[in-house]
Amino acid sequence: MTTASHMSDVSRRAVLTGGLAGGFLLAFHLPVRAVNEPVQPPDVTDGKFAPNAFIRIDETGRTTLVMPQVEMGQGVYTSIPQIIAEELDADLAAVALEHAPPSDKLYGNPVFGLQVTGNSNSVRAFWKPLRTAGATARAMLVQAAAEQWQVEPKDCTTSKGEITHAASGRKLSYGAVALAASKLAPPKDVPLKDPKDFVYIGKPVKRLDTPDKVNGKAVYGIDAMLPDMKFATVAACPVFGGKVDKVDDTAAKKVAGVRKVVVLDDMVAVVGDHMWAAKKGLDALKIDWNEGPNAKVGSAEVWAHLRAASEKDGAVAKSEGDIAKGLATGEKFEASYELPFLAHATMEPLSATVHMRPDACEIWTGTQIVSRVQAEAAKAAGLPVEKVIVNNHLLGGGFGRKLEPDMVVAAVRIAKETDGPVKVIWTREEDIQHDYYRPVYRDVITATLSDGRIIGWKYKVAGSAIMARWLPPAFQKGIDIDAVDAAVDMPYDIPNFHVEYVQAEPPAVPTGFWRGVGPNNNVFAIECMMDELARKAGKDPVEFRRGMLGKKPRLLAAMNLAAEKSGWGQPLPPRVGRGICVQPSFETFIATVIEAEVDTQGEVSLRRIVSVVDTGIAVNPDTVVAQLQGGLIFGLTAALYGDITIDKGRVQQSNFHDYRMLRIDQVPNIEVHVVKSSEPPGGIGETGANAGPPALRNAIYAATGVALRRLPIDRSLLAVGRKA
Amino acid sequence: MATTLTINGEAKSFEAPADMPLLWVLRDILGLTGTKFGCGIAQCGACTVHIDGKAVRSCVLPVGALSGRSVTTIEGVGATPAGAKVQKAWLDLEVIQCGYCQSGQIMSAAALLTATPSPDDSDIDAAMSGNICRCGTYVRIRAAIKQAASGRQS
Repeated sequence: MTTASHMSDVSRRAVLTGGLAGGFLLAFHLPVRAVNEPVQPPDVTDGKFAPNAFIRIDETGRTTLVMPQVEMGQGVYTSIPQIIAEELDADLAAVALEHAPPSDKLYGNPVFGLQVTGNSNSVRAFWKPLRTAGATARAMLVQAAAEQWQVEPKDCTTSKGEITHAASGRKLSYGAVALAASKLAPPKDVPLKDPKDFVYIGKPVKRLDTPDKVNGKAVYGIDAMLPDMKFATVAACPVFGGKVDKVDDTAAKKVAGVRKVVVLDDMVAVVGDHMWAAKKGLDALKIDWNEGPNAKVGSAEVWAHLRAASEKDGAVAKSEGDIAKGLATGEKFEASYELPFLAHATMEPLSATVHMRPDACEIWTGTQIVSRVQAEAAKAAGLPVEKVIVNNHLLGGGFGRKLEPDMVVAAVRIAKETDGPVKVIWTREEDIQHDYYRPVYRDVITATLSDGRIIGWKYKVAGSAIMARWLPPAFQKGIDIDAVDAAVDMPYDIPNFHVEYVQAEPPAVPTGFWRGVGPNNNVFAIECMMDELARKAGKDPVEFRRGMLGKKPRLLAAMNLAAEKSGWGQPLPPRVGRGICVQPSFETFIATVIEAEVDTQGEVSLRRIVSVVDTGIAVNPDTVVAQLQGGLIFGLTAALYGDITIDKGRVQQSNFHDYRMLRIDQVPNIEVHVVKSSEPPGGIGETGANAGPPALRNAIYAATGVALRRLPIDRSLLAVGRKA
Repeated sequence: MATTLTINGEAKSFEAPADMPLLWVLRDILGLTGTKFGCGIAQCGACTVHIDGKAVRSCVLPVGALSGRSVTTIEGVGATPAGAKVQKAWLDLEVIQCGYCQSGQIMSAAALLTATPSPDDSDIDAAMSGNICRCGTYVRIRAAIKQAASGRQS
């Protein structure tokens, strides 16, 4: 794959193919403007066929696809080309890919109205627009060939970038008709392929981004190299919200290779000839911080605040039936579940390279929010938006961390004080300690059981409203639609059902999106409670769920297959259990069974993982399997280890020794079964992270009888002889 | 301090402080950005390179101690028999997601196969547990090492 980062010609000229608005069934229904623009006549000034913002074909037939979503491992630089190439009938193996430049208008995700990659929305949101874009371009190329041959377009066929008129045996490449096609008006309402004719969609085609990832050629944001660049690293005030008081840089300036110390109001950077000089210089600084009002905040205060908030009545997000009557019927049970702060810990630490010139600012980075980075950088640079060039790159992991522009804004502020380009790299310690953390959540559930069925279900989420900060239109009437996602649309058929949300912003600690987003919290609490209620009802957890999934046939089928494939119900040794999680989030239906063992000391080991996924049409089934495998490990890492704690206003963890990750020797085989489906594609990247924690917790419950209600897993509660 | 190293078979001379870790020499002075920074404390393996064929964490390896040694990085490992087999298996089995840790994973796997041509699961665990993958590609890493070892074609 070749990727060029900068592509201003298309941003000036091309527009999104029209006819794309609406019609999507998406988990998010945001009250933001639609991004879809009407069809415009293509501009032919550069001799390329560019019927829309995504496709360019030059006269040699070279086909370039511009990627409106970013590649951070989830495989979108293969699935999106598959979708376009399918309808375009391009040769997928020969396409070149480019990172999109910033433009909400051209490259905005139709769900958000913003150029953002997240919430498992890429394939879901672009499925129809990009098929339409490909089919429209193909129709124009066929029209051009048919006019040249004086034949009917319907008598022409296309394959791998070539048009054939079978009756006369004539052929033309797309390149040969590119110029003629560029002079045609795009047709409207071009029919899309019948799925039975798909050659790329639904096939496990090889990823386009990976060949350069085995030999060091792939370029991530942190790899940007420019002539005469400097390198910088930063220290932000360790206390959230604190400021620089004073800095003694005498020793730092004596470090060989140190060129400059940049003192900003809330952070200090050292600029040097290389990262080592910058880091040694930073270590040699004496910085006095004005720690500010958060210097006494600790985890105990955070939890006391959240628990108090969760006792209040919340805003009603959904209510069906008669919850008062439901909760007065049968036997009542209450439980609350708590999840900790989590850092993202992308393998590529925060980094951005910035070159400030008097009249322009150029940026090299890897971000999930290209246009917002441009806008925020412009503010920091004091320049109009159009004077800020953003060169996006492959991301060494995103997981929601790079939905925030902070690293680029900080790099711009440092670059304003630096001559020439400067690459700013956060150490792992700074990356872990200055994150936008997955919020602490507390979920309080009251449910009633009668005749082995749930009659009433009251669910209250308390936690940060990330949307209120990040996308205010999505926070309305006191409801954060992300925080209640998967709680308001849980799959079980319950006659009296009520969901509330309490906004509770933790003291001092900034919060942000984390892989799995809102459902990561809610699926955990729901699926844990389901197992506890099954036990109260004297039923097997799968049998208990089965009785309430009648309205979710795809999820029910996935659960039945997962039970079969995992050997559900077959005998296990002592202190070994199986746990299930079912989830309908992101329009994907997943059932996961984890088999785990708990030793006498309470240590937990994974023995087997089976997941069944119905994601509708799996554009690339192998990527779906990979995302489930990886997402499960991401979620299980959090369940087993993830815990960011606060003391004296600071994060106590700093690197992988105390913010631990699952490693290869702890991971068993993960078996993923992809269900064949003709439904439109669902989302996949977020999902595995949500399946792992409840399935593991329920396995531990089965193995030990201990009903854990907090993460990460507390081994001390699981040791033999301990009572929970 | 002037230092000369053999890197991917070529002699390279450069000026660098003796205590500067090899990682930053490779990346910032020599422009070999395939070797990645992940943690700086030899906890994640993203910076793994070979010194005289053995896997080491370049983020904590002062370059002053290496004069005259032979360094292989991800940019050059494909020229070794084990490296080429590992790269091919990685692509055949689609191991990679974001790919940021994979330079290090491939270097660790290539060193493993050079020392232990037919590794069992415990050999793989011992050689690879120092390499973190945040995308969670471990299941495929294990399978790809076994494929590379067996020479089996997909």
